[in-house]
Amino acid sequence: MSRTVVITGMGATTPLGGDAPSTWQALKVGTSGVQALTHDWAEGLPTKIAAPCAVEPDLPRVEARRMDRVSQLAVTAALEAWGDAGFAVGEDNDVDGERLAVSCGTGIGGLQSLIGNWDVQKERGVRRVSPYAIPLLMANAPASNIGLRIGAMAGLHTPVSACASSNEALAQAADILRLGRADVVVAGGGEAVIHPFTMAGFGQMMALSRRNDEPQRASRPWDVDRDGFVLGEGAAFFVIETLEHAQARGAKIYGTIAGAGLSADSHDMVQPDPSGRGQMLAMRRALAEAEIDASSIKHVNAHATATPQGDITEAKSIRGVLGDGTEAVVTGTKSMTGHLLGGAGAMESLATVMALKDRTVPPTINLENPESDLGIDIAANTARDLPAGDLAAINNSFGFGGPNVALCFTNENVTD
Amino acid sequence: MATTEEIRSSLAEIVNEVCNVPVEDVQMDKSFVDDLDADSLAMNEIIYAAEDKFGVEIPDEESKNLKTVGDAVAYIENHQG
Repeated sequence: MSRTVVITGMGATTPLGGDAPSTWQALKVGTSGVQALTHDWAEGLPTKIAAPCAVEPDLPRVEARRMDRVSQLAVTAALEAWGDAGFAVGEDNDVDGERLAVSCGTGIGGLQSLIGNWDVQKERGVRRVSPYAIPLLMANAPASNIGLRIGAMAGLHTPVSACASSNEALAQAADILRLGRADVVVAGGGEAVIHPFTMAGFGQMMALSRRNDEPQRASRPWDVDRDGFVLGEGAAFFVIETLEHAQARGAKIYGTIAGAGLSADSHDMVQPDPSGRGQMLAMRRALAEAEIDASSIKHVNAHATATPQGDITEAKSIRGVLGDGTEAVVTGTKSMTGHLLGGAGAMESLATVMALKDRTVPPTINLENPESDLGIDIAANTARDLPAGDLAAINNSFGFGGPNVALCFTNENVTD
Repeated sequence: MATTEEIRSSLAEIVNEVCNVPVEDVQMDKSFVDDLDADSLAMNEIIYAAEDKFGVEIPDEESKNLKTVGDAVAYIENHQG
């Protein structure tokens, strides 16, 4: 990669914590964010568990009422990252607004506001639909809400690629910086669709775990008794800038985005290609762009949603790219967070970057009986240490409809 | 039938909810746009909430003439059922 791209700030609001540090601490010790749903609307659903945010967003009331929940979560996480990078809201910062962009991945955007306002229209008529209904529901609202709060004038982007959305947002941020279109990008993603409609939709596809009596044991990547994913919500964001820009202002650096690999399965609207061809293409491209050999990869944060077929295919793909003798420690953090859909890529990129920085791979919990012959080394049930020295990792995100984004992170340029 | 002050007070609660303006600031002589920071979308929210609260209809051709709190209170008072 011609221009080095580094991470200088992090923020998150997730099922494990209301900010990035508490989320990371909870990940390391194997905390589950999955809970029983207590809403009345969960009554008739076959799946009555989900992973809601651990801490409710706390925005000023008038601002909050003009944002769908997804924007509230995205703004919360993005502003935490912004502050973490050393910037302030509403003041002069060491960044020219015309050189600052936002990229926010989301699977669907303001679904709850869309459904809610349609319900109001049906029950109470046209004149009761909120005047804000459109800006509430539009998928670019999270990016716009972030951008207007930090003065981002270089562009607002909303990549949509289902479960790969926020990995794609990070890849896009790196592209923007390398093309010289901006010096700083606030990038990440989020999703907030814990709603009876979404539960019904995914449920009708038989995609969700039904382990209602044991919520914290329900998300079980690679376990023989896995039965689907747990729906989560949340947002995670990074401040990403060129190495030159970061060093010039003395910013702390969490890690380097060494390469991105994008591909598509061209196979099915829902199922991953069981040959793993598309997944392997993405991972290989990430390594090629990073100019890193497969043997240097010491850690993989897998997509690993705990679907019966998906986990097997991904294990095969990882082996196919990294080799049967790979030393890479693999983990599936959806075992703890559930599946954040459009926010998953960013959530798991946070876990990957922190794993390299702290040299600790968070565990894949609930792995009581692993599938046989997976051929990969999984950090089962307890965190695993990573060795000293240079470290490189891959974070995989594979979306419904076939888009795949693999990001290669390293601990190069990390400041203490 | 609500009194003038009761209408103003209920309207003040609506404006507070929509614009976060303190209720005591929502006085009869105040302009929604200039004094109370209500943009066009906020005005629509206020109008629709007032329709609900007071059981009156405020069609668009009328609502655009309601510039001050006093205008709105007078309209509501005159159209109460």
